[in-house]
Amino acid sequence: MHEPSLVMFAVFVAITLIVTVWASGSTTTRKGFYTAHRRIGGIQNGWAITGDYLSAASFLGITGLIAFYGFDGFMYSVGWLVAYLAVLFLVAEPLRNAGKYTMADLISFRLRGRTVRALAGVSTLAITLFYMIAQMVGSGLIVSWLIPQVPEWLAIGVVGMLMVIYVSFGGMLATTWVQIIKAGLLLITAAILTVLVLSRFGFSLTHFLHAASAVPTSTGVTNLLAPGLYFKGTQGAWNMISLGLALVLGTAGLPHILMRFFTVPSAKAARTSVAWAMVLVGVFYLATSFIGLGAATLVGQQHIGQRMYAGQAIGYIAKHSSEAQALNSQLAHNGFIVPILNNNLAAPLLAGELGGSLLSSFVAAVAFAAIIAVVAGLAITASSAFAHDIWFNLVRDGEGDEREHLFIARATAVVVGVLAVVLSIALRSYNVAFLVGLAFAVAASANVPVILLALSWRRFSRGGAIAGMLCGLGVSLAAILTSPIVLGAHAIFPLENPGIVSIPAGFLGAFAGSLIWPDAEAEALFDRLRVRAATGLGAEV
Amino acid sequence: MSHHPIDQEMWETLAEEPEFRTLTSQRRRFVIPATIFFIVYYLTLPVSIAIAPQFMSRQWGALSIAYWFALSQFAMAWLLMAAYVIRARKFDLAAAKLRHREMHEVRG
Repeated sequence: MHEPSLVMFAVFVAITLIVTVWASGSTTTRKGFYTAHRRIGGIQNGWAITGDYLSAASFLGITGLIAFYGFDGFMYSVGWLVAYLAVLFLVAEPLRNAGKYTMADLISFRLRGRTVRALAGVSTLAITLFYMIAQMVGSGLIVSWLIPQVPEWLAIGVVGMLMVIYVSFGGMLATTWVQIIKAGLLLITAAILTVLVLSRFGFSLTHFLHAASAVPTSTGVTNLLAPGLYFKGTQGAWNMISLGLALVLGTAGLPHILMRFFTVPSAKAARTSVAWAMVLVGVFYLATSFIGLGAATLVGQQHIGQRMYAGQAIGYIAKHSSEAQALNSQLAHNGFIVPILNNNLAAPLLAGELGGSLLSSFVAAVAFAAIIAVVAGLAITASSAFAHDIWFNLVRDGEGDEREHLFIARATAVVVGVLAVVLSIALRSYNVAFLVGLAFAVAASANVPVILLALSWRRFSRGGAIAGMLCGLGVSLAAILTSPIVLGAHAIFPLENPGIVSIPAGFLGAFAGSLIWPDAEAEALFDRLRVRAATGLGAEV
Repeated sequence: MSHHPIDQEMWETLAEEPEFRTLTSQRRRFVIPATIFFIVYYLTLPVSIAIAPQFMSRQWGALSIAYWFALSQFAMAWLLMAAYVIRARKFDLAAAKLRHREMHEVRG
């Protein structure tokens, strides 16, 4: 099944490289490079946001979770859609009106000073690097599973190389089109799979759901359509609530999503793009139910295999102690690889069942393309944070010509790409799934409180921003590093996602810091930010 | 930022203008309740599963009550989005008016 897959992937690469060549003419200025001259239309940007957001985790991960845990897997889909309401109501339009190239621009609009900008830049770099490593390690796993001849390091290297090419030559314009193409491919794939699943049940929803509820489950007590298979007991409930909070607020602080609002001409276009993204992302997440439950009924869970790495396995054993014995012996037998439990491969396997090897190759190629589009969006975000926030504003104090800054931006994309590839190859046999949770937690706890308070609270000060970001960052890191995902059964912090503690910590830090260190300049600039954010007066064009 | 012709005092005057205050208060009157509503509605799902797992697992038609509730979150998100997009047209008009007037006053 792997040859057609390679051919289809090659077609995707060829088309996106043509787009990159076409777009490279627009990257002669910083504005062109970071924002595609702010000429991306609202609807186009909605597609690009969809492409930026639907990672391999959404496509392969959620469908796999639904195939195994039914409703509990679907909870991720719900959270990831509802999260966009926070983006729509609270950040999209003000960000477009008051920002220039980066999230740090909005924060330092009234909270002037080097420390605030440095922290905002570093938090952007940290979030994007965490996210990127998780994506790239995932791509290595997927590719080497689907095409065993391709070693993981090669797959990771190819992802890194393509990402560097798109970003450093084609800038934001090429990245945007790669994301639009990928979003189209992903939605077509989801639609094909959904229709094929339903066709197996004579297009009767009742028959389909009946079959899904008859699938035997691990507990035997409940069925796939009811809650309780993944999030078990009180602990599970707290995990679900904490995860929900981090998803809903974290999206509004993800720098690569925020960056997309600088590419449109107006606040109105920013709003239109979120509205479109909500429709597209929502339709996709509805389809995850059909794909996941379809895989459970048509392929059968016992055929959906997954490779599990030591770290993942330890985390799993900690949660499911009754299966510890069997798991441990499997671990011993197979080195680090435990061939149990689903996850990632439900979608390609279902495609194979429904449409033969051609469809499963297509799905595999789309999954790989999906990862590349997401990492390209992350790379251009990291590149702007370093070149604009750290280099231009801090190192060079606003000096230097266009050529120098463009060079730094491109060079950063290369350095970030190489760094991500090296780290991903080094970390590939560890469990890096926690890095995505960490990225969301840091975004929700370090970025969101500061963005929201900067826009709405007159007395918010530099001290408050610094304290808020440090508290959010520190508590997220500490909680994740002592959680069951990292420490397994010896966890100190009981939950897998720190949101429920780290988000309040971020807000508390920001409040306390503002009361302790008042800031006359930040208060004086509040009206300017408020008027500009609400009316677009003086906004970058 | 600094290259813009409007200076500090003018920003402050603008912020005090009745039209601007109406714009922000109308926006706030929509956004704050809508944000509280969607966060509460969303968190009610995991919380009710935690409090009443039996009830939420009960079949109602072809699906469990929890699954229906989860699907209703999609409807909720899309409806709130549509309501905001419609309401925001009014904000756009008000913002455009303020922008237009300010540009003219500065030039004139």
